[in-house]
Amino acid sequence: MHDKTLAELARDLNSGTYSSEELTRHYLERIASHDSQLNSYITAATDAALVRARAADEQRAAGEAGPLTGIPLAHKDIFCTDGLKTSCGSKMLDNFIAPYDATVVSRLNEAGMVTLGKTNMDEFAMGSSNETSFYGPVKNPWDTGTVPGGSSGGSAAAVAARLAPAATGTDTGGSIRQPAALCGVTGLKPTYGRVSRYGMIAFASSLDQAGPLTQTAEDAALLLNAMAGFDPRDSTSLDRAVPDYSAGLGADLTGLKIGLIKEHFDPGLDGGVADAVDAALAEYKKLGAEVVEISLPNTHLSVPAYYVVAPAECSSNLSRFDGVRFGYRCENPTDLADLYKRSRGEAFGPEVKRRIMVGTYALSAGYYDAYYIKAQQARRLIRDDFVRAFESVDVIMGPTAPSPAFKLGEKADDPITMYLSDIYTIAANLAGLPAMSVPAGFVNNLPVGLQIIGNYFDEARLLNVAHRYQEVTDWHQRIPSGFE
Amino acid sequence: MSLDKSDVEKIAHLAQLGISEVDIPGYADNLSSILEMVEQMNAVDTAAVTPMAHPLDAVQPLREDRVTETDQRERFQAVAPSVDDGLYLVPRVVE
Repeated sequence: MHDKTLAELARDLNSGTYSSEELTRHYLERIASHDSQLNSYITAATDAALVRARAADEQRAAGEAGPLTGIPLAHKDIFCTDGLKTSCGSKMLDNFIAPYDATVVSRLNEAGMVTLGKTNMDEFAMGSSNETSFYGPVKNPWDTGTVPGGSSGGSAAAVAARLAPAATGTDTGGSIRQPAALCGVTGLKPTYGRVSRYGMIAFASSLDQAGPLTQTAEDAALLLNAMAGFDPRDSTSLDRAVPDYSAGLGADLTGLKIGLIKEHFDPGLDGGVADAVDAALAEYKKLGAEVVEISLPNTHLSVPAYYVVAPAECSSNLSRFDGVRFGYRCENPTDLADLYKRSRGEAFGPEVKRRIMVGTYALSAGYYDAYYIKAQQARRLIRDDFVRAFESVDVIMGPTAPSPAFKLGEKADDPITMYLSDIYTIAANLAGLPAMSVPAGFVNNLPVGLQIIGNYFDEARLLNVAHRYQEVTDWHQRIPSGFE
Repeated sequence: MSLDKSDVEKIAHLAQLGISEVDIPGYADNLSSILEMVEQMNAVDTAAVTPMAHPLDAVQPLREDRVTETDQRERFQAVAPSVDDGLYLVPRVVE
């Protein structure tokens, strides 16, 4: 069962080939038998999952099943889940049982999906390798000596190893797309404001966006149908109609104009990754698309601007963790200042501390204009480059990440080198654009991702562009050995 | 911008973040190199550019001012480190 996509599982559940309870049990058994190799889950929902699966089976028996009823999935541990531990990969929330569901979780629950558990992640989503997690690193199922990417590394590894048929993730600077690329799965970051951020533990509020990690674009469409939509509980959620993302799949690509980002073929790009992207573009030409080179002249500002905006917002967002209302509290505080400082000092890891301090500095008196305002100005230049590009092309393509998965520990001691893992993904967050990563080949037996960036609210087109490619390639169907 | 030990101590204080003495030199190095990388932005003249607060220039939606949440104090305080009679407890602030 675990080699099947969501679309195939839905058909089998409908035809009665197996029940949701049997399917859920199968995945829980796989997690129990295989996840010790990967560490992709922080919490497995075992009993609660079976209760929900049985409820889904009853719903189906009553003739009330929807397209996702009874299908299991995993949630990144950044989404609050009522009654189930939500740690955000941090010691700070190791004891936190959320008293409510995130909107993404409640929407997928309402669609009848079964939560298998919560996936491992970089602490507070700050990282590109899953090595900053309080619960230890996740291993890449294609080579357990390498990282899965991050911060949604547990979700990507779990889907790649078929320990979940799909998972949710969040993407602030590439945290869905980069791990999707490194693990060989499909990942979508929607337009900023498309999916509610309510109950999703905030890192950088102007950049954070939730999306699906799946085997196929067809499955991503199914999940986005349930995830997307206006939520009055998220003031940045946009009140726009949600199309049926599955409806347009299969549309002809003849005449599609693809812009290839010139600046992303830089000396930092691995040659094998560049070849895989070229080969993918050749497939698109065969499908009738036209490829033109485009320039995003300010794209080199993306990483610098991001490392002001994201830390600034994180320093503000993470001020809520004070040891008073929830989360970790230090032992025997002498006074209130000691309570704050030691609780935060003892419970945050080094990367979270670095980012809080960079952000605090950038927002402090005398430096605000030089850093934060400057970064917001750079952000507009980056956004305007895309707006101009989309006047002449339909989608933009390039590599998702500069290299395939790197070795565990290889970049862990050098923050700047680690930050450059997201060099091609960050711009879409700064501009608020939807973007995907789809499996596009292998280099040294490690997966490579093709990034596809779309115009605002053009997720339906993005998904179809990815889907058509997946109809003529089988990269997304490969399963790492030991997990077949 | 190169930061020294006293800069890091000041920033950590502003952030209410306890960091141990032995880690300060490492943070000073890391933060300095991050700020140096960030300052690559200065190569571009942005004097005439309006800072971008939202990619779609969206504004905060308003709603009718009415009660939408019910009282769930006990539920929310169940995850608190220390409460008594509905109050969050912290070390004594005023002697």
